[in-house]
Amino acid sequence: MDLTLRVWRQAGPKAAGDFKTYHVEDVSRDASFLEMLDQVNEALNAQGEEPIAFDHDCREGICGMCGVMINGTPHGPQRGTATCQLHMRKFSDGDMITVEPWRAAAFPVLRDLVVDRSPFDRIIESGGYITAPTGSAPDANLIPVPKDAVDSAFDAAACIGCGACVAACPNSAANLFTAAKIAHLNLLPQGQAERWNRTVAMVETMEEWFGSCTNHGECETACPQEISIDFIAWMNADYVRAQFKNPSKTGRDNL
Amino acid sequence: MSYTISDSTMDDALDAKVPDGPIQEKWDNHRFSIRLVNPANKRKYKIIVIGTGLAGASAAATLGELGYEVQVFTYHDSARRAHSIAAQGGINAAKNYPNDGDSIFRLFYDTVKGGDFRSREANVYRLAQVSNEIIDQATAQGVPFARDYGGLLDNRSFGGAQVSRTFYARGQTGQQLLLGAYQALARQVGSGQVQLHNRIEMLDVVVKEGRAVGVVVRDLITGEITSHSAHAVVLATGGYTNVYFLSTNAMACNVTAAWRAHHKGAYFADPCFTQIHPTCIPASDEHQSKLTLMSESLRNDGRIWVPKDREDARAPNDIPEDDRDYYLERQYPAFGNLVPRDVAARAAMRVIDSERGIGPLENGVYLDFKNSIDRLGEGTIEERYGNLFEMYERITDEDPYSVPMRIYPAPHYTMGGVWVDYNLQTTIPGLYALGEANFSDHGANRLGASALMQGLADGYFVLPYTIGDYLADWLNTEPVPTDDPAFTRAEADIADRTKRFLDIGGTRSVDWFHRELGKIMIEQCGISRSREGLEKALGEIPALEQEFWNDLRVLGDDMSVNQSLERAGRVADFFELAQLMCRDALDREESCGGHFRIEHQTEEGEAKRDDENFSFVSAWEWSGEGEAQHLHKEALAFEYVKPTQRSYK
Repeated sequence: MDLTLRVWRQAGPKAAGDFKTYHVEDVSRDASFLEMLDQVNEALNAQGEEPIAFDHDCREGICGMCGVMINGTPHGPQRGTATCQLHMRKFSDGDMITVEPWRAAAFPVLRDLVVDRSPFDRIIESGGYITAPTGSAPDANLIPVPKDAVDSAFDAAACIGCGACVAACPNSAANLFTAAKIAHLNLLPQGQAERWNRTVAMVETMEEWFGSCTNHGECETACPQEISIDFIAWMNADYVRAQFKNPSKTGRDNL
Repeated sequence: MSYTISDSTMDDALDAKVPDGPIQEKWDNHRFSIRLVNPANKRKYKIIVIGTGLAGASAAATLGELGYEVQVFTYHDSARRAHSIAAQGGINAAKNYPNDGDSIFRLFYDTVKGGDFRSREANVYRLAQVSNEIIDQATAQGVPFARDYGGLLDNRSFGGAQVSRTFYARGQTGQQLLLGAYQALARQVGSGQVQLHNRIEMLDVVVKEGRAVGVVVRDLITGEITSHSAHAVVLATGGYTNVYFLSTNAMACNVTAAWRAHHKGAYFADPCFTQIHPTCIPASDEHQSKLTLMSESLRNDGRIWVPKDREDARAPNDIPEDDRDYYLERQYPAFGNLVPRDVAARAAMRVIDSERGIGPLENGVYLDFKNSIDRLGEGTIEERYGNLFEMYERITDEDPYSVPMRIYPAPHYTMGGVWVDYNLQTTIPGLYALGEANFSDHGANRLGASALMQGLADGYFVLPYTIGDYLADWLNTEPVPTDDPAFTRAEADIADRTKRFLDIGGTRSVDWFHRELGKIMIEQCGISRSREGLEKALGEIPALEQEFWNDLRVLGDDMSVNQSLERAGRVADFFELAQLMCRDALDREESCGGHFRIEHQTEEGEAKRDDENFSFVSAWEWSGEGEAQHLHKEALAFEYVKPTQRSYK
């Protein structure tokens, strides 16, 4: 198929950017979206124009490195699918496709379609872990974990950290990302000791960087792992409870 | 020992430092005999870790917890992106929770046998010993392993084993284990104990007076080249499968860190030991950029077959049972669809070579779930493999619940890597290699669900002990300052090399050269190899390499994001590695594991080892630019698992 692309080009973090239009011919229906961009880049290189910079790595939808706005939608038209797993059969011959980087104040553009998502790491560093120094673990079967709990925890833990939720959100909120990690750890028995401190620390770090959630629900629709917005409600409930259950605040037990 | 090796061929200088004593006691004895660094002194040491996959993240987190000052570098935008994240099927451990006859010794035995008797027994035994602690550790971190209804951990079976010892987290075990290690690392970063540098690529190891003293790196955003010094350097930089261009590895996976270390004196071991994974989605066309793995765990419930008649053009569901050839079940009744990867891949290759391949390009075999869906219900299959089935459907536009998957063997993992001794130290004192970057545990073929085990064993439970023995010598010494000529020279070399790529001004892209190199490698040094083919490759690769240095086109500059420039350096190193792989494959006049020389096979087409002459690790020493590497041999002794012709019948 033949396509017309409008691609955001920006030489560096401080440079002004704009859209450039490229025509691309003979794209295979079986090519992935990123393979189509590879094809464009081959052609640009041959013409002496610098290739489009875009982040990508595993191309299996799991590393979370890729992600662009495709016609205004993070990761494009297919639900539950990262950009690298989107295939050109979802488009039609003659289509015009607009490709932009994630747009969020917390994710500044580094070049073309590449953005800096390091605030996500700051949120995890603030409490997105269970403190279990190497060597200190008890036998893995010592604590049974109800299957339902581990299944829900897994649904949240499946987050790939791509940033589509932030890009989709009109407020550039990172609540789905943060809630997914909080739910993963807070749902498990192993995560209880740090539950309230974790929740407060991660929510407050999130708010240093990102906008506030006003329940639009765009994040859930954009999420390539289809992580449920229910986890945000769950996080909010835990955040409220943390205010009076946190033993560091009340001096009482945390049950 | 059942045989002896003539001493004259072996290299006494290559000391693997395997401790004395019975194999069950070696690691315990060693931990007692090596020196420790006392807790108050640990903060006086700086350690650099390169890479944040399972091995790097687990090592960095653990070293930080112990109190060392750790600097970590990754070329990714976040430590969580490393390719360990894509591992699907599971992680082995000798827990024996299913009560089906497993033990540390059996895991050790299966791994040595699975590696076709080309790994170091003592390392493998230690790996089996610490495997159980890994499961405990990961569970404590909140890794959501699959559980049964009583809340206890579930296991599944994997290729090359007759017990169920594989722990798994749906089809995303690598993701969950990596997130566990990444979060442990994030805790150390948050506390300030570990400094993490993202989007920074290591381009050289700095060696002074014979020991590793630091690294030189390039910032992928600004292009700035800087030096960092430390008391020790740890490489956890993965494997080199991307030498084939099309592989299951992530696009950025490369050999550069290991190869730069090789240039500085680290021996490179068994480069020809590469793994072709039997279950990947077949390539569909020329523009394809990578191949996607379908986890080996699918072979638990999927049956592999092709039509008996090569002319059979019916749709798979229209072909009756009697007209199907379940060739693995037929040829290997004991292990059936769960034979090890090398055996399964070669069996698929034989079928495809005999023109019985299926699919539009006749390059696949069927992996069929109909029997399992009938027996267990679609819900159970979805619970076990749902994400893999979805991925398959997105890529192929076919529904594997109703139509058999098409699969094909593809490059996946490299058993070879930087040579290390029992302490995981390379031939450069102070330089360590962990995980897939080293060579030590998988011999000539890795069993499924053992890569995650090894990466985490090295990072959580081996290196943090063994590194102390080296560091003890350097107590109260400062790291070499980065204005030392050893650093400034390395920086200048990298700046020159970077500029050289930009100055060529040719006509071809980096990817074009990479793809062409990959074609030569998969053809001549892939699933089967021959003297004739390898010699041909050794003629073609240098010619293509020459063309690369004359006709490469890298646009842009070296002071901003330049992804072509990043790839140019990696592909340049792949050219050198590819030649060493071919030489190693040529030198190894036997077949073993993933290394299959067509001249050396049994009548049934199985790998035919030559234990008399090739029971050794080949360890290649860099001899300088334009010179052929020098071969050293580490003799392998098998005291506990007697080498036999591997049989999975």
